[in-house]
Amino acid sequence: MTNPEESEKDMDTVTPSSLASVASGTGKKRSPGTEALGVGLEARGIHAWFEQKHVLSDISLDFWSGTVTALIGPSGCGKSTFIRTLNRMHEFIPGAAMAGQVLLDGKDIYESGTDVTKIRLKVGMVFQKPNPFPSMTIAENVLAGLKLAQLKVENKDDLLEECLERAGLWSEVKDRLSAYGGSLSGGQQQRLCIARSLAVRPQVLLMDEPCSALDPGSTLRIEETISQLSSTMTIIIVTHNMQQAARVSDYTAFFLSDGGPGQMVEVGPTGEIFSRPKDKRTENYVTGRFG
Amino acid sequence: MTTVQSAVVVKPTRPWLAKPSQRLQSVGVFLLALAISYGVVAVTPMKGKLAYAAIFFIAFTALDYLLSYFTLGKSAAKDVVARGFIVSGMVIVTAPILSILVTVLLRGYKGIHASMFTTDMRASSMNDPVASGGLMHALIGTFLMVAIALIISVPLGILTALYLTEIRGRFTKPIAFLVQAMSGVPSIVAGLFILSALIYTVAHAYSGIMGSLALSILMIPTIARTSEEVLLLIPPDLREAGVALGGTQWRTVALVVVPAARSGLVTAMILGIARVAGETAPLLLVAGGSDQNNLNPFHGPMASLPYYVWKAYSFGSIESVRRAWAGILVLLVIVLVLFTAARFLSARKGK
Repeated sequence: MTNPEESEKDMDTVTPSSLASVASGTGKKRSPGTEALGVGLEARGIHAWFEQKHVLSDISLDFWSGTVTALIGPSGCGKSTFIRTLNRMHEFIPGAAMAGQVLLDGKDIYESGTDVTKIRLKVGMVFQKPNPFPSMTIAENVLAGLKLAQLKVENKDDLLEECLERAGLWSEVKDRLSAYGGSLSGGQQQRLCIARSLAVRPQVLLMDEPCSALDPGSTLRIEETISQLSSTMTIIIVTHNMQQAARVSDYTAFFLSDGGPGQMVEVGPTGEIFSRPKDKRTENYVTGRFG
Repeated sequence: MTTVQSAVVVKPTRPWLAKPSQRLQSVGVFLLALAISYGVVAVTPMKGKLAYAAIFFIAFTALDYLLSYFTLGKSAAKDVVARGFIVSGMVIVTAPILSILVTVLLRGYKGIHASMFTTDMRASSMNDPVASGGLMHALIGTFLMVAIALIISVPLGILTALYLTEIRGRFTKPIAFLVQAMSGVPSIVAGLFILSALIYTVAHAYSGIMGSLALSILMIPTIARTSEEVLLLIPPDLREAGVALGGTQWRTVALVVVPAARSGLVTAMILGIARVAGETAPLLLVAGGSDQNNLNPFHGPMASLPYYVWKAYSFGSIESVRRAWAGILVLLVIVLVLFTAARFLSARKGK
């Protein structure tokens, strides 16, 4: 399909400098000086297995603070598995194994002696299916992270309003904060889950197909939310929706599995991935010729 | 036909309901089946109420099948037969329950009087007129022993269920198997176990607490199994969401999983109570039984409602049998009230 040398090159570790140099070109909404925020999260040579099955091979990727990175690729190429290695949710699946390093603030989150609950506080996650806690009200849902992680906060009401505001839900629920989370619509539930993740003030937010169960209107609201959040945090979003990747992300990484473990074919500024991808396979995928 | 006047007010109709002619057909089938069963019983040597019921069922199903076959077709006819079987299954299952309820009500209400809840039997005999004495001692005994058994069994049962569903340690399978086997243990075995393990060796006397322990042996497996099934229904996403927010596993279970399963866990408790509230045999062995109020579960024999019923019935006189039915009615009402209350409580806040 493509010549091996080219794909070999694409498989190489993407260093911060190489990413920055390509990014300075056509990044969708990059503002000058974003690089000053530095690298938010670095994945180094990530492999993943389920039992004996090798599902992800040698992914190295840097995520810059204040940017949105979209992971695209057909189903089963390991995108979700990859982001679950970034906040140590991968180990929750029986039979899971991994190799490689994930550096948060320069420290490997898999280093022994690391408090995994602290890692998950810093690297929050929004799931594919909205999953508000059914026994809690809207307000309790937003503040659930504080209770779960036993964090103290000066003014809970301010935090509640701030998180719901940032998740774009405040105006819709401010009069019924004591209603149950399950009484909201699917799109509102997902924004509630985003607000819930924000309440523990993560540096990085992982979103695993957050809009796949939502209607276009709710999707739009969540995309607006992502754009607003991206100025202050690192966002990594898995999506099957090409337009969504183009709309919300600064960088895009294309994952693909040729029957074996999933690999990263190409990464670069979103504009370049969609307009002039280097790899033929990326071009075929983003133009809808397969997948 | 095809043009409709726009000014006509459309009335809501239910075209899927049976038309009068169809209803008439159903009534005809019913009457015919009735006639056939009557005729068959009259002619053949099959006799008795059961014969009427069985022949009626067969005749009704066959006629209904034929009617649907000729009016609606084969698949509709099969559907009708399947529905017939399901409805009769429901009737066969609910008829005994209703029969029990009605019998207990009809026979029990004659023995009910206000002072029975405030007096015990220390000054009366079972053969005395129903108005003398009462079952206060039995009520106190049942209440105390079941309450203590509940206090022992709820934490143990729910913790066992949490081990099976949340921790999933190496012993999950053997423990699940044991719990299942334990729930089939005959109640008298639980009584004999407490008798030989605690009363003969340590306590050397009947007491309420021994009764509670025996009841716990029966209650724990019921609560553990029901709780396990309830906890398995909680979607794994919730556990992941809790952990992804920086909660430890224990805090996620305590703050997210258990509250989400609350109404089911309450049901598990009710089933546990229902399992033991009517137990007689183990209490006879380890709590003894008594005719007077005993408020101290740690000392002295203790009565219970099933014991009271058993004792009254064994006297065999008209008055004592009347007492027994009244006792059964009280027990039944208590269990029903508990059931409804717990349902109401768990439905009120949980979703």
